[in-house]
Amino acid sequence: MSKKCDRLVDLGRRQFLRGTSLAAAAGVATAVAPRQSQAAEPLARLTYPKNKLANVKDLKVDEPLDVTYPDADSPGVLLKLGKAVEGGAGPDGDIVAFSTLCPHKGFPLAYVAADKSLNCPGHYSRFDCERGGQEIWGQATQNLAQFKLRVDDKGDIYAEAVDELIYGRLSNVLPA
Amino acid sequence: MTFKRNVDRLPIPPKDAKRFNVTCQFCIVGCGYHAYTWDVNDQGGTAPGNNAFGADLSKQQDPETVNWFAPSMYNVVKQGGKDVHLVIKPDHECVVNSGLGSVRGARMAEESFSEVTGSQAQRLTEPLVWRYGGLYPTSWDDALALVAAVTQRVAAEQGDDGVIVSAFDHGGAGGGYENTWATGKLYFQSMKVKNIRIHNRPAYNSEVHATRDMGVGELNNCYEDAELADTIFAVGTNALETQTNYFLNHWIPNLRGTSLDKKKQQLPDETHAAGRIVIVDPRRTVTVNACEMEAGKDNVLHLAINSGTDLALFNALVAYIADKGWVDKDFIAASTSGFDDMLAANKTSLEDAAKITGLTVEQIQTAASWIAEPKDGKRRRTMFAYEKGLIWGNDNYRTNGALANLALATGNVGRPGGGCVRMGGHQEGYVRPDYPGGRPAVYVDQLLISGKGGVHHIWACDNYKTTLNALEFKRVYKKRTDMVKDAMSNVPYGDRAAMVDAIMGAIKQGGLFVVDVDIVPTQIGQAAHVMLPAATAGEMNLTSMNGERRLRLTERYMDPPGQAKPDCLIVAGLAQALEKAWRDAGKNDVADQFKGYDWKTEEDAFMDGYHQHAGGGEFVTYERLRAMGTNGVQEPATDFKDGQLVGTKRLYADGKFGTKDGKAIFMSTQWRGLQAEGKQQEKDKFPYLINNGRANQVWQSAYLDQQNDFVMGRWPLPFIEMNPDDMAALSLGAGDLVEVFNDNGSTQAMVYPTPTAKPKETFMLFAYPTGPVGNVVSKGVNELIIPNYKQTWGNIRKIADAPEVTKGLSFKSQEYRTS
Repeated sequence: MSKKCDRLVDLGRRQFLRGTSLAAAAGVATAVAPRQSQAAEPLARLTYPKNKLANVKDLKVDEPLDVTYPDADSPGVLLKLGKAVEGGAGPDGDIVAFSTLCPHKGFPLAYVAADKSLNCPGHYSRFDCERGGQEIWGQATQNLAQFKLRVDDKGDIYAEAVDELIYGRLSNVLPA
Repeated sequence: MTFKRNVDRLPIPPKDAKRFNVTCQFCIVGCGYHAYTWDVNDQGGTAPGNNAFGADLSKQQDPETVNWFAPSMYNVVKQGGKDVHLVIKPDHECVVNSGLGSVRGARMAEESFSEVTGSQAQRLTEPLVWRYGGLYPTSWDDALALVAAVTQRVAAEQGDDGVIVSAFDHGGAGGGYENTWATGKLYFQSMKVKNIRIHNRPAYNSEVHATRDMGVGELNNCYEDAELADTIFAVGTNALETQTNYFLNHWIPNLRGTSLDKKKQQLPDETHAAGRIVIVDPRRTVTVNACEMEAGKDNVLHLAINSGTDLALFNALVAYIADKGWVDKDFIAASTSGFDDMLAANKTSLEDAAKITGLTVEQIQTAASWIAEPKDGKRRRTMFAYEKGLIWGNDNYRTNGALANLALATGNVGRPGGGCVRMGGHQEGYVRPDYPGGRPAVYVDQLLISGKGGVHHIWACDNYKTTLNALEFKRVYKKRTDMVKDAMSNVPYGDRAAMVDAIMGAIKQGGLFVVDVDIVPTQIGQAAHVMLPAATAGEMNLTSMNGERRLRLTERYMDPPGQAKPDCLIVAGLAQALEKAWRDAGKNDVADQFKGYDWKTEEDAFMDGYHQHAGGGEFVTYERLRAMGTNGVQEPATDFKDGQLVGTKRLYADGKFGTKDGKAIFMSTQWRGLQAEGKQQEKDKFPYLINNGRANQVWQSAYLDQQNDFVMGRWPLPFIEMNPDDMAALSLGAGDLVEVFNDNGSTQAMVYPTPTAKPKETFMLFAYPTGPVGNVVSKGVNELIIPNYKQTWGNIRKIADAPEVTKGLSFKSQEYRTS
């Protein structure tokens, strides 16, 4: 877990000590080293870094892997859902990745395996990992930013783009 | 497929971007926002000196940052005829919302009219009249002259009773003090129109007559009281979804215990604990879930009563609390009258109440204890909050009175941590001459259905979506208005005299001529003969007050689309056209009644109306309100001192109420079962309760949201929440399209599996364009013509397997969870 992730989780604990649990957000597996984003050139669309997040063999169903993308300050989660979903990558079409900053107020989302959702302790928003991060209920005015994935023939999983604006930045790729 | 904007960066507001005060145009809470605008060819930079926030935007910002806005908070609009960037983001300094934006309000920018981004392309941009078989553009003068000519002829032949009006009476978008005053002056002063209804009900009446009759105005506390209460007693309000930031910013801190310091500081002479909450609602809502997550289940009492039985519960609570000696005797003696009579008249045993409500005796005892059992010898502070579950529920008048009885008996009005308040729907913004009609007010929908009236003026209302008995209403209304359309098609449009004669001929045969003033082409607008384009909040300066009577000015930050105008200035034009029409008819005395509309701006209407006629209005001007920013002033204003407007934090803090002798009046409110005509028979005949209400994402009748991809991507059709066993019995799957039907009519919905729904008790989204629940709501009303939307029973059958638009939808539980 990146330093930024730890700080976010701490903030969540401080503000939401009562009645909520961040165990799922905190209890995560291997951390993956962040890759540097590239400097954005003045193109019509942003140029995203193509960062390796993990290998398919690192993933187990419903065991979230903390990642960052497009840079170390943008926490996310890599998930193997166990069932093919629209936009899912990998041999089973079931690997997805999302930003874990709630697009409402930037609080850290926690994965709940029981119904494969990401949940926000701040204001109770919920996002469906099997439906492209659709907001099941909540205060965010956008569905959850999903990291677009590619899996190569070695099973390495790369993030290559993001489909919504990530909370807390006016450009998904920050200047280097 | 889940909707994504694929926006990966947004323009940065430069340091010199203009900033405007904005109060959210949607719900009663009225969150504070700021609009930033700057020239379309300019942009700021990421360095702190180069942007409006003074922040280093090359870095990731922290949670709850003030230095970020979502794509939904951005657009490109016209200002003074030029394209400008627009950002509307929540204000962290506003005491109402402290920077929170709801899923509705935080889309205000995206739901603005833009010729550049194409948002809200549905907006009306010019007056339209019916000619050559369609609605086609014309000038303001031409459209108003036609409306005035027909209105004058109808009034001359039928009197003012031939003029039927549907009009907003609230604040926020489609309302505000400027516009309620203008319409009120036209219909109640220049004319004497009795046949008028309000946007969501078929008559011109208060939704809370009872509490007013008792001397207790319905918005009597401040939002801070929710932070100070020992107990919140919430009735028929799903506050997390419908008064979102009031709930998140003022209720939750109490339930979490984070307002304890404030309690100790403001109320030092008593013990304090984190707040508890009693929620009276037949349905388990996300509000119940959030309260349990924050306060713990032990501090949340959800009373899931049988639908429509609130009154029996309240009467039993009053009786039990009196038996226990927990009433506030000093307060009752000093500030009320009629307590003993009320107690005797309403006496209800715990056992009887348990039988009627479906609760246990113990649950009612616990509620009573949480409301009123003294804490260390001191009075317990309880805030009573209610909304549409009560207002649109069984026996509105008595139930409202019974709840006010409970609040008064326990001394909880006018005091910190108390209040007996409606939660509200829209903001308020009412200032009008007195309504010339009687009480009960005229049941206007029935008047229209029975063929009465010759001309119908509609101001920002859509009866097709937001009325009861809607299917019959539509059927008759279409027939009557088609008669006029057909008559109009028989004469050349340019021959005004022949045209008016043709219209009047059709009206004599039972036809109805309709002028519809709105910002978008509504469903009832399909029947209109003239449509007039109005401006909305932000396209005009607009004042409203919120649920704690907080008055603010939303400044004009953009141009209205095309030729659209503020409603108050449309009224001015119509009044002047009517003056001319009456003068042309040789009736100078009548024509003179339409003088006094020489307003050039909305500020002129504000000064004519609010400043001269509202309580405390003499202190209030636009300039003073502008200086008070997004925190404004709580009405009534009492002074202007040291450059600040001085307001009123709580009503009745002196123990004097709104009656002749200043004493609040207890009310006799006996239980009488399902009160509205036909409801008990409907319940006996049909198996499913069709409870109905709001969803978080949708504002009002979705008049803007219907063109918002984010909202329509979630709710392409209105949902109906059903217990999985009921679904199995009807062989229904998630997303299946069903017909809901009874003897009143039929409508459609999409099935949302809901394990927490009680068997045979469904809940359907209200007032949705793709399936109005009003079609199946009976015409039964209470003695004051208040509709009873909530107690509706019907049958359900499958129409089709889940339609294509539902394929990508999530049907998971909407309740937040941690495991």
